[in-house]
Amino acid sequence: MTGTGVEGGGALVRLERATFAYGRSPVVVDVDLTLQPGQLVGVVGPSGSGKTTLLKGILGTVRPVAGSATRGTGVRIGYVPQVDSVSWSFPVTVEQVVLMARQGRRLPWASAGERRDVAALLERLGMVGLGRRHIRDLSGGQQQRVFLARALLDSPPLLLLDEPTSGVDIRTRHEILHLLAEVHGDGTTVLLTTHDLNGMAAHLPDLICLNRTILARGRPHDVLVPPVLERTFGAPLEVLDHMGLPLVVDRSTRGALGWGRDRGSA
Amino acid sequence: MNLVAALVAADLLEPFRYGFVRNGMVVAVLAGGLCGLLGVYVTLRSMSYIGHGLSHAIFGGAALGAVAGVSYFVAAGAWGLVSALAIGRVTRRRAIGADAAIGVVTTASFALGIALKNRLPQSGKSTEALLFGSILGVSPADVLIVAGTCALVGATVFLRYRALLFTTFDPEVAHASGISTGRADTLLMVLLAAAILACMNVLGVTLIAATLVIPAVVARLLTSSFSTMLWLSTLIGAAAGGIGMYASYFADVSSGATIVLVGTAAFLVTYAATAQRERRQPRAAPLPQPPGLTLSKP
Repeated sequence: MTGTGVEGGGALVRLERATFAYGRSPVVVDVDLTLQPGQLVGVVGPSGSGKTTLLKGILGTVRPVAGSATRGTGVRIGYVPQVDSVSWSFPVTVEQVVLMARQGRRLPWASAGERRDVAALLERLGMVGLGRRHIRDLSGGQQQRVFLARALLDSPPLLLLDEPTSGVDIRTRHEILHLLAEVHGDGTTVLLTTHDLNGMAAHLPDLICLNRTILARGRPHDVLVPPVLERTFGAPLEVLDHMGLPLVVDRSTRGALGWGRDRGSA
Repeated sequence: MNLVAALVAADLLEPFRYGFVRNGMVVAVLAGGLCGLLGVYVTLRSMSYIGHGLSHAIFGGAALGAVAGVSYFVAAGAWGLVSALAIGRVTRRRAIGADAAIGVVTTASFALGIALKNRLPQSGKSTEALLFGSILGVSPADVLIVAGTCALVGATVFLRYRALLFTTFDPEVAHASGISTGRADTLLMVLLAAAILACMNVLGVTLIAATLVIPAVVARLLTSSFSTMLWLSTLIGAAAGGIGMYASYFADVSSGATIVLVGTAAFLVTYAATAQRERRQPRAAPLPQPPGLTLSKP
């Protein structure tokens, strides 16, 4: 792990009473957040709650208008944006996308060593032989993995992912979850945003509930509880226990189409 | 040798007997290649309208320079640089819509140029040459200027390859990776302004946007690799420039028009050929998931 940590405290990133805004409209307000090496953290919240802005604040692409955002000395951050943030018809191959993250060398073409690194990374992510493929010819999960490979090329100690399972099927979500667990197991700190409470968030060891500010942080069983979820999502939610995992159910829509109520009353 | 003799007999080499044609030919090839190279970024960043507008804005600067008695390159260059930076800034602000703002700024500049040229028709370079391109306007100094611009743009694209590619494909992550996207955008606008300024004599204000767009679009039809698209578009632009300039001598029409028509013909042929190929080979379905995703450590 590189980096000496924020002010000697060992933290990779520290936000202290940080407020982030676009123009005059604050989006994330008064946030205290510390990311320590080895953590795997999920951020949940409804659309417009400031999840992406929080990531950009950690990245440093959005500066705090109040409070502070500090990154440990020399701490590099890998960033995986939402898949729909780029044009997938752009004329680049998988290898060319991953190589965008290479540092140092100024020549347009990659060195043999850099190509070997990319090939090894793609193999690790289950994409053997796809380096020369155009990015449009990949499935949604493979496109997500291309972004992940680009973020990991520089071996950053901290990896941020914005909705990594948005729009993918159940199998791909399962694979991405396992990949992230593996990356985390290799010593990388991971922070991701998700709106998928049951498929993603419930499987993470550390959760943050965000709605313009941090409302709660802790283990899924401590955070995914009706009072916190109601404050976060503004909707009545129930939490059931399913094989030891919290299962969040929308109480307001349960039986809304009639069949649930009928079955319940039968 | 027989071929050369036949060409000479048919007077097909006649244009090369004249120094101004040779100059024009060299400049057309260089200008075509230059516009082809930058056109890759222009089309992939959806900046075609900016290229069109910038050429019109530079025309206003050229007219102002003629009235003030200032060198074409100084006046049009300064005007073009300011316009490029202004357009770059406008496109980053969304309040009034970039296309509307560019439309106002550049057409106003163009109208100013037309008005000044009408008042002083004899001053500076001919309006027709600036509007539609002319082989007659190419001097040995122009050859040096276009060659110098090619060297500058080529070297910059070479040295800033990763930054320009990254900011074109994914500006958000490029910024997060420590690349100054604002600086890359400004650099591209300045290069574009320099290229338009240098090529305006041959290609003309009204047609220069086409020479930026057509080679890149043809190259895009032929490849899905960015690096291949760069050199292919440069090559297509240079070929269209050379062939178009040569044809303009015999057709006795403005060089800008013939260069664009040659490029358009290349586009039509390529479009038809690639469409036919796609019909024969339907696009591959997304690849299947690899069996047994590798979860073990490398």
